[in-house]
Amino acid sequence: MYWNTWSDFWAMGGYGLYVWGSYACVLVWLLLEPLLERRAHKRALSQISDDAE
Amino acid sequence: MTSLFRFYTFAAPSRFYALATRSVPWLYALAMMSALIALYVGLLLAPTDVTQGDAYRIIYIHVPAAWMSMVLYLALAGWSVVGWATNAKLAYALSRAIAPTGAAFTVLALWTGALWGKPTWGTWWVWDARLTSELILLFLYLGYLAMVEGADDRQRGERAGALLALVGVVNIPIIYFSVRWWNTLHQGATISMTAAPKMANTMLQGMLLMTVAFWAYAFAVIFARTSRLILEREADSSWVRAFVQSREER
Amino acid sequence: MSFARFQAIVARDLLSFRRNPARSLFPLAFFLIACSLFPLGVGAETNTLRQIAPGVIWVSALLSVVSSLNTIYLNDYIDGSLEQMCIGQRFPIDVVFAKTVVHWLLNGCALLLGAPLIGLMFGMRLHSIEIMSLALLLGTPVLSMFGSLGAALTLGYRSSHVLQLLVILPLCIPVLIFGAGAVSAVDAGLSAQAYLSLLGALFLFSLVTTPIASAAALRSSS
Repeated sequence: MYWNTWSDFWAMGGYGLYVWGSYACVLVWLLLEPLLERRAHKRALSQISDDAE
Repeated sequence: MTSLFRFYTFAAPSRFYALATRSVPWLYALAMMSALIALYVGLLLAPTDVTQGDAYRIIYIHVPAAWMSMVLYLALAGWSVVGWATNAKLAYALSRAIAPTGAAFTVLALWTGALWGKPTWGTWWVWDARLTSELILLFLYLGYLAMVEGADDRQRGERAGALLALVGVVNIPIIYFSVRWWNTLHQGATISMTAAPKMANTMLQGMLLMTVAFWAYAFAVIFARTSRLILEREADSSWVRAFVQSREER
Repeated sequence: MSFARFQAIVARDLLSFRRNPARSLFPLAFFLIACSLFPLGVGAETNTLRQIAPGVIWVSALLSVVSSLNTIYLNDYIDGSLEQMCIGQRFPIDVVFAKTVVHWLLNGCALLLGAPLIGLMFGMRLHSIEIMSLALLLGTPVLSMFGSLGAALTLGYRSSHVLQLLVILPLCIPVLIFGAGAVSAVDAGLSAQAYLSLLGALFLFSLVTTPIASAAALRSSS
C-alpha cells in the first residue's frame, strides 16, 4: 500500500479534485451507458410485443 | 469447410442475438473485476510520480480511454468494410453500435486529458497535434452518427456512413504517430512493442488491467446495442416474433 | 469509365455556367466578403492581420467550398439526369471526376484569383503570398474532392447543409493545418517544403480514395 492514511488517499497529494473528477466522470458514464442501453432494449421488446397483438 | 461454416454461423442475426445476450453479463462481470483489480493496483499500490505527483494517476483511465477511442474507430471502419463487401446487415449493425461508445471514449479521453493537463501543464487545452487530431476523431464519430442516424432510408444511411468511416481511417495513424512527427506538448510514447516500457511495473500493470476492463466493457455494451439494433430491424421476422412470444409466456 | 462521358459532362456543366456568368462569380464574392469580415471583427492592426491571414484565407476557402457543395450533384439528381449519367456503370467514376473538376474550376480557381488580393489587403509579404498560392493550388482540389464525397453521401437528405459541414470538416482539417502551416513556416523564416509535401500527399490520397467512394455513394443514393 502506497498511502499512509485514508485522508492522504482522498487528497491525492493536493490534486484530489482533478484525479477524482476524472474518475467520477468515467464511472458515471460507464454506469449510465449500459443503463440507457438496457432501457432501450426493454422498450424495443415491449414495442414488438405490442405490435404483435 | 466446417471452420468456414462456423465463422459465418454468427452472421445470422438470430444466432448472433442468442450469442450476444448470453455473453453480455459475463463481459460486464469481467470488466468490473478487471477494473477493481486495476484500481487497486493503480490507486493503492503504485508509487507516486517524481515530476507530476499524484495527479499522474489519471493515466489509469486517460490512456485506456484514448486507446479505446482509436481501436473502436478502426473496428467501426473494419465492420463497415465487411458490410459493404458482403452486404450483411449484422456488419452494419455492429458499426452503428460501435459509434456511440467510441465517441464516448473519445470525449472521456479529451475530458480526463484536460483535467490532467491543468495541474501539470498549466492549461486545460492546447492545440497541439495529438489533442487536435483526437478532437478531429470526435468530429468523425459525430459525423458518422449524424450521417447514419439522420438518414430517412436506413440502408442508404448505413452505406453512406460506411464510406465516410473508411475515408476517415487515415486520421488514426495521424493521432498515433503525431507525438513522433511533431514536437508537441503531449508526452511521447512510453510503451512500444519493441523496447522495454519506460514506466514502473506496477503502473504498467494497472494501466493494462484497466485496458482489459475497458475492452470487456466495450464488448459488452456494443454487443448489447447490436442485439437491440438487430431486434428493431428484424422486428417482423419469425424468429423475433417467436422469441418475444416465448418471453411473454415465461 | 469513359473519357468521352467525362468530357461531355464537363462541357455541359461549364456551358450552363457560361450561360449565366454572374453565378460563377458568387464563390469568389463569398470568399472576399468572408475574408473581409475578419479585420472588421478582430481589429485592423497590421501585425495581427498578417499573422491571421493564412488561417483566415484557408477557413474562408473551406467555408466557400462547403457552401457550394449543392451545386455539384443536386440539380441533376432532382431532375433525374444524374441517374441517366450513371447508367450502365457499377462505379460512375467518370461522372464523379467530371463534376469534381467543374466544381474546382469554378470554386477553387476563383480562390486562387482572390487569395493574393486578400493577402495584399492583410499585409502579407510577397513570398508568403507565393507560398500561399502554391498551397492553395495543391489544397483546393483536395477540398473539392472531399466536398464531392460529402455531397454524394448526403444527396437528397433533409437539412443536408449542416450534415455536409459536419461530414466534410473533419476530413478537410488536415488540409487547413498544412496549408496555413506552410505560410506560417515561411513567415517564421523556415522552409515550407514539409507542409507542401504533406499537401501533395493528401492530394494523392484523396485522388486515389475519394472518387470511388463518391461513385459508390452516388450508386447507393439512386
